[in-house]
Amino acid sequence: MPPIVEVRNISKQYRLGAARAAKENFREFLLRKVKAPLHMLGGSSPNGGPEYFWALREINFDVKEGEVLGIIGRNGAGKSTLLKILSRITDPTEGYVHLRGRVASLLEVGTGFHSELTGRENIFLNGAILGMSRSEIISKFDEIVAFSEVDKFLDTPVKHYSSGMYVRLAFAVAANLNPEILVVDEVLAVGDIAFQKKCLGKMSEVSRSGRTVLFVSHNMATVENLCQHGIVLEQGKLVFSGTSKEAVRHYLGGVLQTMGRDGTNQVDLSNAPGRRRDGRHLLTRVEICTDGDRPVTGGLEIGGRLKLKVHFNLENPTDSFNIGIGFNSMMGTRYFTAHSFFEPDRSHGERVGPQVFVCDIPSLTLMAGDYTLKIWLDVNSAKADEIEDALRLTILESDYYGTGKAPWNGAVVMKHNWYLEEPSAQSADAEGKTETISTPR
Amino acid sequence: MATSVELVIKPRRGWQAIDFKEAYRYRDLFAFLVWRDVKVRYRQTLLGGTWAVIQPLIAMLVFTVVFHRLAGVGSDGTPYPLFAFAGLAPWTFFSTAVSQSSNSLVGNQQLVSKIYFPRFFIPLSSICALLLDLAFSLGLLVVLMIYYRWHVSFTALLMLPVFILAAVLAAGGAGLILSALNVSFRDVKYAVPFLIQMGIFVTPVIYPVRYIPQKWRMLLGLNPMAGVVLGFRHSLLGSEAQFDVITMSLFMSVVLFTIGLFSFRRMERRFADVI
Repeated sequence: MPPIVEVRNISKQYRLGAARAAKENFREFLLRKVKAPLHMLGGSSPNGGPEYFWALREINFDVKEGEVLGIIGRNGAGKSTLLKILSRITDPTEGYVHLRGRVASLLEVGTGFHSELTGRENIFLNGAILGMSRSEIISKFDEIVAFSEVDKFLDTPVKHYSSGMYVRLAFAVAANLNPEILVVDEVLAVGDIAFQKKCLGKMSEVSRSGRTVLFVSHNMATVENLCQHGIVLEQGKLVFSGTSKEAVRHYLGGVLQTMGRDGTNQVDLSNAPGRRRDGRHLLTRVEICTDGDRPVTGGLEIGGRLKLKVHFNLENPTDSFNIGIGFNSMMGTRYFTAHSFFEPDRSHGERVGPQVFVCDIPSLTLMAGDYTLKIWLDVNSAKADEIEDALRLTILESDYYGTGKAPWNGAVVMKHNWYLEEPSAQSADAEGKTETISTPR
Repeated sequence: MATSVELVIKPRRGWQAIDFKEAYRYRDLFAFLVWRDVKVRYRQTLLGGTWAVIQPLIAMLVFTVVFHRLAGVGSDGTPYPLFAFAGLAPWTFFSTAVSQSSNSLVGNQQLVSKIYFPRFFIPLSSICALLLDLAFSLGLLVVLMIYYRWHVSFTALLMLPVFILAAVLAAGGAGLILSALNVSFRDVKYAVPFLIQMGIFVTPVIYPVRYIPQKWRMLLGLNPMAGVVLGFRHSLLGSEAQFDVITMSLFMSVVLFTIGLFSFRRMERRFADVI
């Protein structure tokens, strides 16, 4: 039996600076066409050259019926482009996809919701947009309403909904789609924890029901739980295909620019693979130090002092620049964000050229484990450079509480005290209070 | 599990016809999009649907005073206000439809970049939603006709749906082309209001056809809306019909619509990448 999804040699090429090209006006367009008469008819011909880049390059894979496939890769690896091709939003430049079943795609919850329409009206509209027929929506209506828990507000325009209600309703419609192939993009990261659990439950129900699902996520735990198979994309190429566990392991292994990999505390960022595509290569290097500027090469103990010295360049003189550092778990959850914007005492005046901005965290109270750090630079309130998974930080177990016992369980540690109240002290306390009341001075 | 639909996604090149089978599968969505536009159109306005009537009514009053009273423009034998209104009703429909549909794709960016369905639904549904407005203004025309004690020829009235369809096709053709161009070139946003303003002068809305010398009349037939306006007057007010011009014009609206469908189909591949 042939695979239900067959992806063969799929490539997708974009013109660089597509955003600029979009703003090109008609006169410029004519000029360009007149200047390049040979390209006049072949506007879509993929003729390489410096102004094009491949978002996807020769992707091949099969998905068998009933299989749940996880697609992982860092930002800009081509996951979204792949999903857009699979859901027919954009054409591939080369190759083909053979789909043997009805496809529904969910690249975003609430696509096509209209804020002026009521919840009830939006269920119908959104259902139709996702490919349900009117009769299908009517038959699923009660189920959708029950799942969304917004029954009391069905006839209220959704613009008056809280964001939680909005998302719940949107997911409820999507969750009741009934296609043979479902293409999903990280829509699970919505709503409160309880609702997320419900969504995950629904997703695994869907995957157990024999539906074929293609699932893109940053959350490795979800991928491992929901998917049997996984593929890893890196810079537009498929670099790994196997079971979801293996794929996750491959991804985590590949992501890491392990700090001190070469025995130093320096991480070179000039060619970091996790750089945002439009990043201006301004972040150059990070030095990892601890107390007394001692270099950190192996790992940092829980509660230790972390000094990250971020080296970067400023192209033009400015006094408006900020560095942000996000501490993420390996599964992609953000635990903490350090941002120079929170520093109250910033009086450096205008700067230009190479700079070193030091982020000094007196005590980093993250639990032992591995973390991936995202670093970004804002200049004049605009994102100038951004690197996902710029470096890895290992936090080592330590006697944080000074009791000879290593902390365990949880995401962070905090200094805390425990004491029992003595029964006598309690009553004395109570008596003391009565006393103050009875003898006012 | 039986596989109901097979689909091959591959690069598309050259000209292609609209996939009507697929459009039929999505028919419920088309109905919902029209319904959405109708519902949303006059939300949070004080006068609501009255707007559909106010625009041609005021234009009719102004034209009657300026062109008929002051400039001495005549009609085709009907009272000038009736004459003007019967032309303004389809013209207002057309101009609103073209300007709304040409902005429709850009206004529905989120839909275009996040989900697949036949794209031509977007400009066309925004036009179909305006048929309700047209119905309102035709209602007002009936009131005016009663006021002027003007009689209707019921046989001529049977032709009206043809002219309404022609107006939809003309607006649809223009809307398809302009909305697709608007995705890449936001110039369209500035050009459309201007073109529409000019359009009323090359369409016999304010003046009767007899003002145009006989030998130039067939040129009028190149304008799809000329036939619609003449046809509306003929079927509603019983004006003498210029069938040669009307036929030519109807033909042009079919041509325009066909060109619209094909060129839209060609341009739609780039929408998600460029919008």
